[in-house]
Amino acid sequence: MAKVTIDGHTVEVPDGTTILNAARLVGGETVPPAMCYYSSLKGSGGKCRTCLVEVSKGSEKDPRPMPKLVASCSTPVMDGMEVKNKTSPRVLDARKGVVEFLLINHPLDCPICDQAGECHLQDLAFEHGKSATRYEFKRREFEKIDIGPYIQLHMTRCILCYRCVYTADQLTNGRVHGVMKRGDAAEISTFIEKAIDNDFSGNVIDVCPVGALTDRTFRFKSRVWYTKPMDAHRDCDKCCGKAVLWMVGNEVYRVTARKDQFGEVKEFICNTCRFDKKEASDWTIEGPRMIDRHSVISANKYFEPEPEHTPLLNKA
Amino acid sequence: MERLTTRAKQVSNKEMTLMERIYLPAILHGMGVTLKHFFMKKASVRYPEVQRPFSPVYRGVHVLKRDEEGRERCTACGLCAVACPAEAITMVAEERKKGEEHLYREEKYAAVYEINQLRCIFCGLCEEACPKEAIFLTDKITPVEEDRASFIYGKDKLVEPLDKRVDVSKRQSWRLNQA
Repeated sequence: MAKVTIDGHTVEVPDGTTILNAARLVGGETVPPAMCYYSSLKGSGGKCRTCLVEVSKGSEKDPRPMPKLVASCSTPVMDGMEVKNKTSPRVLDARKGVVEFLLINHPLDCPICDQAGECHLQDLAFEHGKSATRYEFKRREFEKIDIGPYIQLHMTRCILCYRCVYTADQLTNGRVHGVMKRGDAAEISTFIEKAIDNDFSGNVIDVCPVGALTDRTFRFKSRVWYTKPMDAHRDCDKCCGKAVLWMVGNEVYRVTARKDQFGEVKEFICNTCRFDKKEASDWTIEGPRMIDRHSVISANKYFEPEPEHTPLLNKA
Repeated sequence: MERLTTRAKQVSNKEMTLMERIYLPAILHGMGVTLKHFFMKKASVRYPEVQRPFSPVYRGVHVLKRDEEGRERCTACGLCAVACPAEAITMVAEERKKGEEHLYREEKYAAVYEINQLRCIFCGLCEEACPKEAIFLTDKITPVEEDRASFIYGKDKLVEPLDKRVDVSKRQSWRLNQA
């Protein structure tokens, strides 16, 4: 066990836990944002650099501070380590720079993008970024690609977090895609099309932190904040069957997996649940999903969602 | 008790004098007041021949602007509707097809865009929320209609006609000066 102090909060965690996961035990403001790390995907993290933190004391044995900021998602804690996240001006400044870098090639098409409202990059830029850009050159552009009948890839919006690559690698068997080319030219390869026969390929939509991989069955149907998220489940022989229905009235507009408070899916759902079960009668609705009051998803909804609606929807 | 006003008058029931009883002086005084108003500056204007100047940022009926090439600017992002405190705005988005690039500026556009002028409180928050500079309020007052359904303005009434463009440059420059 190791004792670690993050922003003045001390927690005791097993050896080998990363700083990010230790901070998540503390919760709240202490948690560094993460764009590429995904707890349920092995090997993810270390690419986006948004989770940089300052280690002001290395450990009990070696109390020297680490000279540079470290990526909290891939740095394990040491006993007696002291970490500064929100309390360090260096971290906040570095994060501003990281946001600016992430946004260099990201188009300003939030009004069109289906991810707007639940986009991690949008939240990150709102919280840490500057409203202006210093980038004067042409942003990279790609044609959008339909990956099978359900998923659309907008490479222009991609921030190369590799989450979808890990998802396809770990949830499906026989991955035939990855990130091709290097540096500025890197892109998610179109070979991803071949991974599409798999039943769990739809999860790349959920793990994508931006709007690069979107649901074609929901494309331009509505905006996220007009739909009402409802927890629901059904008996599925392929997956856990636990999902969130995004509804307008009694119509199901979209089905996604359940994301936790850090925006991560713990139990992935299959393509049948996600794309084919778009009737309220296919599902047992448990009740409205709790959404942060400050999220745009709960904007303009004046009434507390009432659980009494549930029996009404269960008629089938 | 403290008095609420200084203009209160004591009412009395006393007998009127002869001068008061014939009423003529009071009538003449009243006519004098009327006559005086003939020569005073009038408070009203002879609408519609004469119209008062509008403020450059008067908030009247909305317009959906087109860009320089005549394409609709609105991309149906829904920010005006979510900003609207009266919930007067509804829209249905659609994807732009090949060959429609001269009609719509973005790859998504509003197939249906409706503002209920009876619900609208003309606060201008939609104009402020719009990221595409598509919706503006104009100095036009909502015309009279005979039934409630006609007050729900669709795209036919909101989108500016190509041959009769609506000038909103005054509002825009006023905004810039404010910023």
